[in-house]
Amino acid sequence: MNIVVPIKFVPDLVEELEIDPSGVALERTYMRLIPSEQDEHALEQALLLKERYGGNLTVVTLDTGDVDETLFTAIAKGADRVVKVLGEGFAEGVNNHAASSVLQAALEGIPFDLILTGTQAADDLDGSTGPLLAARLGLPFVGYVTGVKQEDGGVVARKEYPGGLVAEMEVALPAVLGIQAAENPPRYVVTSLVMAAMKTAKIEEVEAGEADSSGAAEVARMYLPEPSERAEMIEGNVDHVADVLVTLLRERGLLA
Amino acid sequence: MEVTAAAVPTTDRSFYDEVLGATAQGDRLKLCLQCGMCTGICPHGFAMEYPPRALIAALRADDFEPVFESEEIWLCVSCFACTTVCPAQIPLTNGLMTRLKTEMLLKGKVPSELRTALENTRRYGNSLGESPRRRPAWASDLTTPVPIMAQAKEPIDVLWFVGDYASYHPRVQAVSRAMASIFQALEISFGILGPDENSDGDVQRLAGERGLFELLAQKNGRAFGKYEFNEVVTTDPHAYNVFKNEYPGAGFAFPVKHYTQFLAERLEQLKPLLRHEQKFKVAYHDPCAIGRANNNNIYEEPRQLLKAIPGLELIEMPHNRANTICCGGGGGGNWLDGFVWERAHTRTSEWRVKEALDAGAQILAVACPYETPRFEDAVKSMGHEGGLIVKDIAELLADAIADQGRDG
Repeated sequence: MNIVVPIKFVPDLVEELEIDPSGVALERTYMRLIPSEQDEHALEQALLLKERYGGNLTVVTLDTGDVDETLFTAIAKGADRVVKVLGEGFAEGVNNHAASSVLQAALEGIPFDLILTGTQAADDLDGSTGPLLAARLGLPFVGYVTGVKQEDGGVVARKEYPGGLVAEMEVALPAVLGIQAAENPPRYVVTSLVMAAMKTAKIEEVEAGEADSSGAAEVARMYLPEPSERAEMIEGNVDHVADVLVTLLRERGLLA
Repeated sequence: MEVTAAAVPTTDRSFYDEVLGATAQGDRLKLCLQCGMCTGICPHGFAMEYPPRALIAALRADDFEPVFESEEIWLCVSCFACTTVCPAQIPLTNGLMTRLKTEMLLKGKVPSELRTALENTRRYGNSLGESPRRRPAWASDLTTPVPIMAQAKEPIDVLWFVGDYASYHPRVQAVSRAMASIFQALEISFGILGPDENSDGDVQRLAGERGLFELLAQKNGRAFGKYEFNEVVTTDPHAYNVFKNEYPGAGFAFPVKHYTQFLAERLEQLKPLLRHEQKFKVAYHDPCAIGRANNNNIYEEPRQLLKAIPGLELIEMPHNRANTICCGGGGGGNWLDGFVWERAHTRTSEWRVKEALDAGAQILAVACPYETPRFEDAVKSMGHEGGLIVKDIAELLADAIADQGRDG
């Protein structure tokens, strides 16, 4: 099974986030970037599948800056190929619509049966890269996946629903799956193997074509959380507070 | 009775050879008498199916898979107690135990707490996962600033290696501020690396992450190489141990002292400054890393400093000097509290606190950045809050120098 895992980089909260003077983006001077946590789960799931069924694993990322160490780490963990997509303006961030169009073009040179993305990333919680990529490629998509096994030439994806429901879905290949969590926590790989990968492995570089960001939401304003004044403080002794509370709850239909 | 050939190992013995080759004296493993002294003194030996003696037996019998499966090696806190008592002088801690941890890392059998600490160290240069830029933040509000080497205009005498916990942990930052005030009171020309400083890598090395240790040694070595100084002084026993015994092998050799050595050398200059009585019964806890580890043997200097404080009565606990009880933080133990509790249902830090209380101590004095929070947590979890104060020697000295008004 040939698997591709696209990895997105998101701001690292170890540094305070600041708003760019434009007011619609993050200030990137001191920003550190780290791989999206759910993309790390997608990689782990891909490694488990490769170990179980064999095949080739390729990791692809847009060159938004500081990506090399993560790619070498992926090699140390067991990826076969790592591809960095170069493109103008990537360092300022790429929305998911543009990212999916760039990935579609990059995938022309990479054979695949299965593409695993993280379900969503912490920076925008948009969750659209996987579905958009599937739509562009004309492939089936299943999201919120927490386990994958190969069966009858396709795969069975374990998909989680709200309320504790789980479904097993048969998916014909090729397909795109959005990984919520891998079957195991992402593995640790020792530093000596990462250093060895840095010496011996090669990061393939491809130029991105025209990025198509049509359909993407536009950021109107970016701001730090502002305190609201909706809270109503109920003063007085316990009996009075209880009476007011009961009246309020009745008014709102929460108590009979 | 029919005589048959001795059992021939059925699998290859490559891991056995790896252990023999892991240290210069690794061959001594062949001298093991199976006497079990290592196991008797191991703080977590009681909770292990494979304490050091049984590990060696399993290696010799070529029946090591169950050892890997048990994952028990993560109970080892790299306290060097087994190494110290071994009559055959087998380098158990640096050799067998550490090499076995490396093998567990390679097999991916790493408790999640430890995995996070190692990932943090690789990404940020500190195990706490804090911003490298904020490494010197503990000193930012001091009245007298602490010089950062990159901004210093002239060569200095003492390069102070602060360390991870002393830079980032709120409780230990207070110790760092006390240490800065002592350097300043003694008018020492000193500086810190600030954002250039990385974790010293000793506990990561003892947790089996040799490659991470080498990466950190290179980063720190390069940072040291950028500046002119006469000696490195560190408040971190692990930094002392690794700088003295491991960095030279990685290509970086420089003179290093633990701060208790540095201050004990200046005792005559220090004594007149210790003006404020500290009327407490104080028991001193010997850190493994400046004591029995690699025969570092720094036992008397900390005691000399404590005795120099007017009014202070130094008392000894039964386990002292080379026979100290580990706080439980070494060899990755600081990040394995959950794992250790599940398996051992006890904390060595609590044994130590009980010993200090039984000895009649009012203050447990320490000299390692792991220990203040570990012992304070133990005091709280045992329900003795207010019954025993935990203070670093640097804090006690700073209190004696300026009873009040000290920064931090």
